[in-house]
Amino acid sequence: MQRGGSGRLSRRLPGGFLASLVALLCALAPPAVAAAANKVDPAADLQAFQAYFHAAFPTVALDDFANGPYAVNQDMRKQWEEIMQFPPYDFALDAGKTAFATPFKNGKTYAGCFPKGGIGIRQDYPYFDAKSGEVVTLDLAINQCRVRNGEKPLPYGSGEIAAIAAYMASTSRGKPFDIKIPDDPRALAAYEDGKKFFYTRRGQLNFSCASCHVQAAGKRLRGDILAPALGILAAFPIYRSAWGGLGTIDRRFISCNAQVRAVPLPPEDRTYRDLAYFLAYMSNGVAIAGPGARP
Amino acid sequence: MKPALFLAAFATLAVAMPRALATDADGFAATYAAAQTAERQAGALHHQWTTTEADLKAAQAAAARHDNAAAIRLAQEAAALARLSIAQAQDQDAHWRDAVVQ
Ligand code: HEC
Repeated sequence: MQRGGSGRLSRRLPGGFLASLVALLCALAPPAVAAAANKVDPAADLQAFQAYFHAAFPTVALDDFANGPYAVNQDMRKQWEEIMQFPPYDFALDAGKTAFATPFKNGKTYAGCFPKGGIGIRQDYPYFDAKSGEVVTLDLAINQCRVRNGEKPLPYGSGEIAAIAAYMASTSRGKPFDIKIPDDPRALAAYEDGKKFFYTRRGQLNFSCASCHVQAAGKRLRGDILAPALGILAAFPIYRSAWGGLGTIDRRFISCNAQVRAVPLPPEDRTYRDLAYFLAYMSNGVAIAGPGARP
Repeated sequence: MKPALFLAAFATLAVAMPRALATDADGFAATYAAAQTAERQAGALHHQWTTTEADLKAAQAAAARHDNAAAIRLAQEAAALARLSIAQAQDQDAHWRDAVVQ
């Protein structure tokens, strides 16, 4: 074996992180074996998915899954309740409310682009758009609205788009996710694409989303408690002190891909939208709790 | 394959790379092109690794400072990682359903 080679590689796979990942993998139960595997049946998937988490966390109420790590860990919950006395996203939320109401150069506003003027609709996103044949997320819809009104799209991930999404989410608090998968082969294909991305191992460290957020949900990975996949999008956008501000769903997908040494997709890539569609559908019934805050 | 074993196989294969061609100046262009082709293939499958990308960049940097031996070694490592990521994509394409919550 090359001395130089092994040195490079071990530098790239820091012992502590790798060891904790391997320890995590070894602690995981073998996955259930697929039975009627190839049929696309979102409703059956949803039932099995939610049953899995209710069995794993029998004392956690459905809506509480929106609170991610705090739903399943008492110590972190106290810390969080303290944070929430003065929510760190309040400033961004106000900025989002203002931006939402501020007219574009053509005099129109965001309200004109959305059903119900954009108020209390977060739980319906992402949705399948029969016209384009693609999944539309809330963030994409915000930018589509801008472009339709002659404005430049906002950069994804953080900043103004996160603030606007945060304001819109805040008007939907308490409304359960209500994602529809119409009986359209393109919608079913989008759902299946998102589901496949979720369960596929990727990156040099060979983890899937499910490895961490299903099989290892509630377990500790270094300083973090792994959020259960049920309800995992309900509190977005999320304020993280590590981010120094609000981050969108794209930002989270990108960092979760990168930490297993997989090259992330571009924000709002079609497959990321499909992934959000799958995850939001799996969370149908969980009430919107965004924006959220994490330490 | 058990995930931990898979991981170990990746690590082992990547470091057990031969160091042939280490002094051949033309060798770099060919080796780098092969690595790039494999990495593009991995990209089409949404299965690129950040480590492959880092090796490709480092190989270019080494070539730019005329450290041909290092440039070739890095390009070979990148090619090996890219092929592993393609193998991962193919393996997962066949087996991802085994992990679906039932
Ligand atoms: C190596 C383990 C790991 C993998 C693989 C992983 N994540 Fe994460 N994820 C984390 C950690 C750690 C956090 C931060 C702590 C937490 O909230 O779970 C996190 C947080 C999240 C959150 C925010 C949860 C919250 O309530 O704040 C989302 C959403 C998420 N991940 C989605 C994904 C998706 C989708 C994938 C697959 C593309 C994925 N993750 C893959 C480790 C992982």
